[in-house]
Amino acid sequence: MFEILNDKLEKAIKKITGQGRISEQNISDTLREIRRILLDADVNYKVAKDFIDNVKTKAIGREVLNSVTPGQLITKIINDELISLMGSKVHELSVNASGITKIMLVGLQGCGKTTFAAKLANYLNKNNRKVLLVAADIYRPAAIEQLRLLGKQVNIDVFSINGSNNPVSISERALEFAEENNFNMIVIDTAGRLHIDEDLMTEIRNIKKSVNPNEILFVVDSMIGQDAVNSAKAFNDAIEFDGVVLTKLDGDAKGGCALSIKAVVDKPIKFISTGEKLDMIEIFHPDRLASRILGKGDVVTFVEKAQEQFDDREAEHLEKRLLSNQFDFNDFLKQIKMIKKMGSLKSLLGMIPGVGSAVKNMNVEDNQLVKVESIVQSMTKKERNNPKILNGSRRLRIARGSGNTIQDVNRLLKQFTEMQKMMKSFNTKGMNKFKNIKSIKYS
Amino acid sequence: MFKNTFEKLKSGLSKTRNRIFNKIVETISGKAQIDEHTLEEIEELLLSSDIGYDATIQIIERVRKELTSEKERSGEVITKVLKQELLKILENNDIKLLDKSEINRYKPFVILIVGVNGSGKTTTIGKLAYIFKNQGLNVIIGSADTFRAAANDQLEVWVKRANVDMVHKTHGSDPSAVVYETCELALKKQADVVLIDTAGRLHTKTNLMDELRKIKSVTKKVIEHAPNEILLVLDGNTGQNGIVQTREFQKYSDLTGLIITKLDGTAKGGIIFQIANELQIPVKFIGVGEGIDDLQPFIAQDYVEALILK
Repeated sequence: MFEILNDKLEKAIKKITGQGRISEQNISDTLREIRRILLDADVNYKVAKDFIDNVKTKAIGREVLNSVTPGQLITKIINDELISLMGSKVHELSVNASGITKIMLVGLQGCGKTTFAAKLANYLNKNNRKVLLVAADIYRPAAIEQLRLLGKQVNIDVFSINGSNNPVSISERALEFAEENNFNMIVIDTAGRLHIDEDLMTEIRNIKKSVNPNEILFVVDSMIGQDAVNSAKAFNDAIEFDGVVLTKLDGDAKGGCALSIKAVVDKPIKFISTGEKLDMIEIFHPDRLASRILGKGDVVTFVEKAQEQFDDREAEHLEKRLLSNQFDFNDFLKQIKMIKKMGSLKSLLGMIPGVGSAVKNMNVEDNQLVKVESIVQSMTKKERNNPKILNGSRRLRIARGSGNTIQDVNRLLKQFTEMQKMMKSFNTKGMNKFKNIKSIKYS
Repeated sequence: MFKNTFEKLKSGLSKTRNRIFNKIVETISGKAQIDEHTLEEIEELLLSSDIGYDATIQIIERVRKELTSEKERSGEVITKVLKQELLKILENNDIKLLDKSEINRYKPFVILIVGVNGSGKTTTIGKLAYIFKNQGLNVIIGSADTFRAAANDQLEVWVKRANVDMVHKTHGSDPSAVVYETCELALKKQADVVLIDTAGRLHTKTNLMDELRKIKSVTKKVIEHAPNEILLVLDGNTGQNGIVQTREFQKYSDLTGLIITKLDGTAKGGIIFQIANELQIPVKFIGVGEGIDDLQPFIAQDYVEALILK
């Protein structure tokens, strides 16, 4: 219990010695670590660099709550920045109010277009749309047959023309067919292509020209690495797509490409694909991606909780008491309550990166807090205000009253005195510096 | 073939050359002094090739160390040292190629092809069958991807193109049964090479990975020395997940080599350095196009040259 408070004190001291604000020095290690995390998550190296520079500029000079370290705070800032970059909004498909909504899927080979086409059609169909799948991949052997079989599995009609070698006319005729047969939507599955293949890039430009899709979705394998920026940019330059689909997210790739693509072409991610079954399609939530990329344990939650539960006015009051060396058991009790509000000790510890796995199997007892609390509560008001009067018989009474042993009470008192001593020395040492920092908070 | 591979790789990679890349090459080849700036640009070159953060730092450290003993630190020397260091990593491995003389030591020579979804397994099998057929070998393909819709049909097209035999069963049947029959037929027909196409599976799906183990043991049941090779097909676009994938496949199926596909694009496949370094699994082939003859033996020297674009 006291270890934690002492730790907090140490942090308060750190604050006075320069850790209270984010500075170039106290976050350089964290930034290096974040850069590694981003690169390991396949965020393009250039995007990662810009991103970190940007965060750094925003963060330097920011105050650090003393319950967190500058490193933790910067991680939180990065997380927020990730979310704001990815957009917090969920993006729907743009649907034609009247007439047929036309959706076209494009991407590299093997990124999962055909499977996704069937999933999307199935998803839209469940939302009361009559959907037609269009098999426009005339190159990959059996691609048309694959789409036909997938369509059958989910009960969606598939349009194809046997022996046709012209994806533009297949798409045009599919549109006519859809109009004649009262379909609301068509989903065109195009062949996978390399973005540097000029002939095939011209081909999708022509499909776009002839059917004028409402939505062009760029499908990306979430395992893709640094080159994602090049392919996304080339596809966007060629046909200007409207959104991105991330596939194979049921694997363990971090999907940093999403960030790269967003940075390069500024298009929202609309769907993710999370399995081989045809209902495994989800609308994209940017915040979830941020934690997937950062894999940050729960630093963010930890910092948020610390911020939330932190009562500014109370803290100011405590701070004054602390500075004037009047900190007593009443203040102490308030502190315990504040910590308790943040959740169980174990869960709090678990949120700290590196500590999380260590405490998993450890027996961190919350009743340690309860014990201390009960001891303090068994003190009279006078005793709390002035712990010095706690003689032997008073201690025995408190121990009995709170259901603890006299040793427990003695231990607590000893630690409290030590803490007071520490504060005293730190007050005289740091007083002048302290005055320059306006709102130091002590929890 | 040698020239061809290099040219194809180079033309693929050279298309990538955006401004940044050009600048790096210029810096590397033109600079007279090694300084932080040059090292930073080498770092960018390596990072942008998917070599990975830790591996990049290690390589740069080695280059830096090598350079301290060099008297001359011109751009040319820096490039030479960088190439050497990259080559060292790849050549650490046994790069025994899969050629006729190797294959003739066993009959039939059984090759299992594994990998995640969409990495290019089926296309690769078609190309491999074509290569072996052209060497005058008898090839039988087993279509053990009984999961994906129309996988049989896709493979069949390649089988026709390469003019080889194939064993397949209906969609949804037990892949091990296909493997068993393929191996039996290979013995009966005295085939030289057996190629087994497996369904794409993410390495995180334990039950599917267990299935691979079973497939492997089935080949052994029929043909004692089988499988001779288990090759992981890895999409050249793959980023840092490539090492995770390889590690997992290695755990379940004792890989003997890699095939890196889609290197005719702008992706550079730099993850193979980590794989070579950590798992000692050599790259055997690279895929550089959609044509049936677009599978080439991997030659580390060419690859590194193309990567540095000297």
